[in-house]
Amino acid sequence: MTRSTEAVLDVRNLSKTFGGLRAVDKVSFTVAKGELLALIGPNGAGKTTCFNMLMGQLKRTSGEVLFEGRDIANLPTRAIWRKGIGRTFQITATYPSMTVIENVQMALMSYHRRIYSLLPFATRLYRKEAMALLELVGMPEQADRHCAILAYGDLKRLELAIALSHDPALLLMDEPTAGMAPTERIKLMQLTADIVREKNISVLFTEHDMDVVFTHAHRVMVLNRGELIANGSVTDVRNDPKVQEVYLGGGTLFAEEAAGEHA
Amino acid sequence: MRSNNVMGLAAALTVALSATAALAADTIKIGEINHYKRMAAFAEPYKKGIELGLAEINAAGGVLGKPIEFIYRDDQGKPGEAVKIAEELMTRDGAVMLTGTIFSHVGLAISSFAGKKKYLYLAAEPLADALVWAKGNEYTFRLRSSTFMQASMLAEAAAKTDAKTYATIAPNYAYGKDAVAAFKKALLALKPDVKFVAEQWPGLFKIDAGAEVQAIERAKPDAIYNVTFGGDLAKFVREGTTRGLFKGRKVYGLLTGEPEYLDPLKDEAPVGWTVTGYPWYDFKEGANKKFVDAYKAKYNTPPKLGSLVGYMTAQSIAAGIKKAGSTDTAALVAAFKGLDVNTPVGKITFRKQDHQATMGAFVGTTTLKDGAGRMINWSYKKGEDYLPSDAEVAKLRPAAK
Amino acid sequence: MELIFAQVLTGLANASTLFLVASGLSLIFGVTRIVNFAHGSFYMLGAFIGYSLMQFLPGMFGFWLSVLLAGLAVGLIGVIVEICVLRPVYKAPELFQLVATFGVILVIQDLALLTWGAEDLLGPRAPGLKGVVRILGEPIPQYDLAMIAITPMILLSLWYLITKTRVGVLVRAATQDREMVGALGVNQAWLFTGVFFLGSAMAGLGGAIQLPKGGADLLMDFNILAAIFVVVVIGGMGSLPGAYIAAVLISVLNVFGVAYLPESTLVLMFVVMAVVLMIRPYGLLGREEFAGEHGQVGEPERPIKPAGPQLRMFVAAMLVLLALVPVFGSNFHVVLTTDIIIFCLFAASLHFMLGLGGLVSFGHAAFFGGGAYVAALLVKFADTPMELALLLAPVGAGLAAFIIGWICMRLTGVYFAMLTLAFAQLLWSLVFQWGEVTGGDDGMVDIWPSPWLSDNTSYYYLTLIIGVGGILFLRHAAHSPFGYALRAARDSVKQAEATGIHTKQVQWLAFAFAGAMAGIAGGLFVFSKGSIFPTELEIGRSFDALIVVFLGGVKTLSGAVVGGASLEFIKDQLTRFEYWRLTLGVVIILVVILAPEGIVGTARKVSERFGWIRKSEDLQ
Repeated sequence: MTRSTEAVLDVRNLSKTFGGLRAVDKVSFTVAKGELLALIGPNGAGKTTCFNMLMGQLKRTSGEVLFEGRDIANLPTRAIWRKGIGRTFQITATYPSMTVIENVQMALMSYHRRIYSLLPFATRLYRKEAMALLELVGMPEQADRHCAILAYGDLKRLELAIALSHDPALLLMDEPTAGMAPTERIKLMQLTADIVREKNISVLFTEHDMDVVFTHAHRVMVLNRGELIANGSVTDVRNDPKVQEVYLGGGTLFAEEAAGEHA
Repeated sequence: MRSNNVMGLAAALTVALSATAALAADTIKIGEINHYKRMAAFAEPYKKGIELGLAEINAAGGVLGKPIEFIYRDDQGKPGEAVKIAEELMTRDGAVMLTGTIFSHVGLAISSFAGKKKYLYLAAEPLADALVWAKGNEYTFRLRSSTFMQASMLAEAAAKTDAKTYATIAPNYAYGKDAVAAFKKALLALKPDVKFVAEQWPGLFKIDAGAEVQAIERAKPDAIYNVTFGGDLAKFVREGTTRGLFKGRKVYGLLTGEPEYLDPLKDEAPVGWTVTGYPWYDFKEGANKKFVDAYKAKYNTPPKLGSLVGYMTAQSIAAGIKKAGSTDTAALVAAFKGLDVNTPVGKITFRKQDHQATMGAFVGTTTLKDGAGRMINWSYKKGEDYLPSDAEVAKLRPAAK
Repeated sequence: MELIFAQVLTGLANASTLFLVASGLSLIFGVTRIVNFAHGSFYMLGAFIGYSLMQFLPGMFGFWLSVLLAGLAVGLIGVIVEICVLRPVYKAPELFQLVATFGVILVIQDLALLTWGAEDLLGPRAPGLKGVVRILGEPIPQYDLAMIAITPMILLSLWYLITKTRVGVLVRAATQDREMVGALGVNQAWLFTGVFFLGSAMAGLGGAIQLPKGGADLLMDFNILAAIFVVVVIGGMGSLPGAYIAAVLISVLNVFGVAYLPESTLVLMFVVMAVVLMIRPYGLLGREEFAGEHGQVGEPERPIKPAGPQLRMFVAAMLVLLALVPVFGSNFHVVLTTDIIIFCLFAASLHFMLGLGGLVSFGHAAFFGGGAYVAALLVKFADTPMELALLLAPVGAGLAAFIIGWICMRLTGVYFAMLTLAFAQLLWSLVFQWGEVTGGDDGMVDIWPSPWLSDNTSYYYLTLIIGVGGILFLRHAAHSPFGYALRAARDSVKQAEATGIHTKQVQWLAFAFAGAMAGIAGGLFVFSKGSIFPTELEIGRSFDALIVVFLGGVKTLSGAVVGGASLEFIKDQLTRFEYWRLTLGVVIILVVILAPEGIVGTARKVSERFGWIRKSEDLQ
């Protein structure tokens, strides 16, 4: 595994307060190129808030978010996306009225700045590129199916294909395996890991399933009550007493805990 | 996806191919367009008047040896719809001319259409002055006395009193505006020192009567000129009476004395207002009485003003066709110019210069009798006495050649 | 000072009826999410029934008993409507039910005419409350004081019912989360029926209680409709105290408007609504609405695809047929088809933003009428040739839509719809009031086409080319990247924004585009009729288009055209009959019940079931 140490994303003292509540408190970390970085923590720890700030869906209270050296924290989501950050959602967000491939084509049309065009047939634009992306996530045979009737796991893969459509340098994945069967989880994360390696992109993901985290993450950060309490290799974090305290026990408990938490 | 378009085009096809067989042409057909649903209270007596007239005309052998038949169509109160129906009546149903409408705007739409397509249109009830003047054309005639004429009659009565300050209340649309402007103009011409201290413009059929009464009271006028009608009038009268607005004040009411508007007020009808209207209950003899009796005999209900207009519409059309000797539009238009018609209110003439008939109006004072509003001390004012001079009319009719 | 006090009292008294009727609408919307256009009809029925009862029940006791019984009776009528008409279509796309309620309006109009006759009925005065009380020297009708006193009591009882009783808890729960009520083990259908009873009864009560201040007539239903929607929206949909505050606000302001700015009467409440919504997008006491609440429940929409060769052939064949109408049809067929094509283009333009964008507009007539007026004004004041005027009509309408859209885009769902309505009303009143330029309600006449198009047939071909061209262009636009982006913005704002689509901007431009296309229809309209009147800008016109889009099938591409052509054609046939409104109303209700996905959507389903067309899963 060859990873450069150059930081794609550099988060410095990022904070968010809602009223008096500090949802995210001076969180700092970096994501290196090609790195698969997991952000874990109990429910309400501030993971999604953190994600939403990174992607511009939520305004930060203070701190900096540098992507490839430039502060992106005040940009709208769509501008952040254009800079090269893709995102998948905890609850999948796709376009149910379209076919699978059209979902991907839509992102490609946006990337190529064609969405205000009235003349061409949208279905004929970037079909090849979209098909390549579907092949990448292993669902080319589903290309012309109605998105609304896809199985959940397929929707997750489709989201991944959409998120990869503008060749991002960084992928933010919020609970990528939530709601999936265990075997599917492993498949999806393996797929993600392969793509990361192949395209040399970085991934920051949150996850409840500790099996997934420990199997695939290159590094793990633990967030608790808005504060980053640990940041290191899988083994380091596992043995961190502070982390064990948060999770009420040893590493073996992680999986059970996670299983109970899924809605 | 395919079925969408199948359906869409099938529907269009149905439209394209639907053809209703034209009726056999052994009658002379007149196309009548009105707001039978939007204004049912006004359109129904009008239609009954027409039917009474037709029954008499056809019993006497019709005209040109054929009976006259009216085709009644509902325009939903929409001008665009009225124009479509007018086209259908003239080109598919075989009507020889058009008549109808109460709303002025629908009348104006048909008038413009008639002028363009060279069809004769006899505007029966719409009151707008523009119909024969500003927007008058060769093919449009109007039967009923216009806003200008009736407002002038009231202004004449108003000028005789010593009231100096006036408040006006009129529905906020063209008819109301015209009626106030005409009254002001006529009254100021007769009595230049009169002042208008308040002008109230409630939305048509959306009057906030309490507020209007307070606003008029605030201006403390000597007299009030009322143009509201229908439900607005009822509310205005009730609030005004309750709050004492009309005490010690002269009130002039345009159309207020018409049974259409006075009857629903029952025993709350205003007393002592000077109004234009239709005192059907007071005719002792003559053509007026004959019409009222015939109407009551046929329908078992007294006529309204609309009934009289409907009756006179049928009479005018029969007279026009008889005079023309044919149902050809050019001949009909020529015949209507200067056409004399003997009606319940006397002889009227469709004036050559502006196509306005000289039908007048009854002006009188309101009172209560047996729990119903009535006009007393009324007199019939002839229309010709309240129309502008020919020179003025020529200036008023820029559009018509 | 005394006068101002008296005026405030007048306003408070006026607020009474408005609140009673509006609170019913608010309740019904809050719980069932049905935009009940028939609410004005319930109000009208309350007035008529109350009037009839008062003829039999004498005295003060009889009067108040009549008011109560009228409310009860109308409540029961509401229940019948709910069970027979609405219950079968709860599963249909949201807002589809408003089409059914529109059918109910028509039915009630004719039934009321049959039952009570055409003449206005002046309401009886309240026994014992006929006089005035002098307050600070100003005469205040006793009945006004009674209404001022009664209304807060009704508000309090409703508030008690909603906040303190089990029924109320369920109602509130349903207002916030319909699913949850099902989870609580409550029969949702009967809860809806109960709410409909209460809401309709409030409308009936309002109709009966205003009798001493007015009466009963056949135009009451439409006359109050806009006002109660405004009250509900200003107050915040679903909020009873909000409705009361809004009713008082509107009524009191109106009294002062009457006194100090008498010509403001037409437009005042819409100005207030627009201002309130711009400052508080969800009304004074309303809660934020969330995406997905505007028409996208039920089955997900099918993917679309460009027309195949068969379909193209079919369209071509139809075009040939349409082109042959003047050859084989009568002059009237030509005129009727012209009308239908124009209306279909108007409906299709609404469908573009409504169907693809999920943007429900209640004021689309602004752009149809707007385009027509632009053309007419150009001809009248600039001697513009018809050809140029036709070209500029969509530019003007599009510009208006561009500006109005920019303001309305801040809101979503029903609030968005109501703000478009407010602006359409503002435009309407501008045209209506500005007589010197627009001719007011006497309109503008003699706007005829150029000589080479002056006969019906040539104009028909022009309409065919531009109208059908416009419809096909709208259809193509649905398949273009812009159409896709619009659907993306509707399907998932989250994903669209996360992939670089400026959803608000896309919707805003779609709004302007739809406005411009409606402007084309308006331009064609004015020259086909030779005249234009403010009626083309009225709420009713907007509803015409809205209804055919739903009737045809909001989730299908050809829904607007099919709905528009069918309804116009049926209307043309039915209006020849005496009780056409009753018949048309029943037809609409039947279509709604039998074809809950619209004519096209349901035809497609039926065809699939019988194997006439392939099912969507196999669509390749």
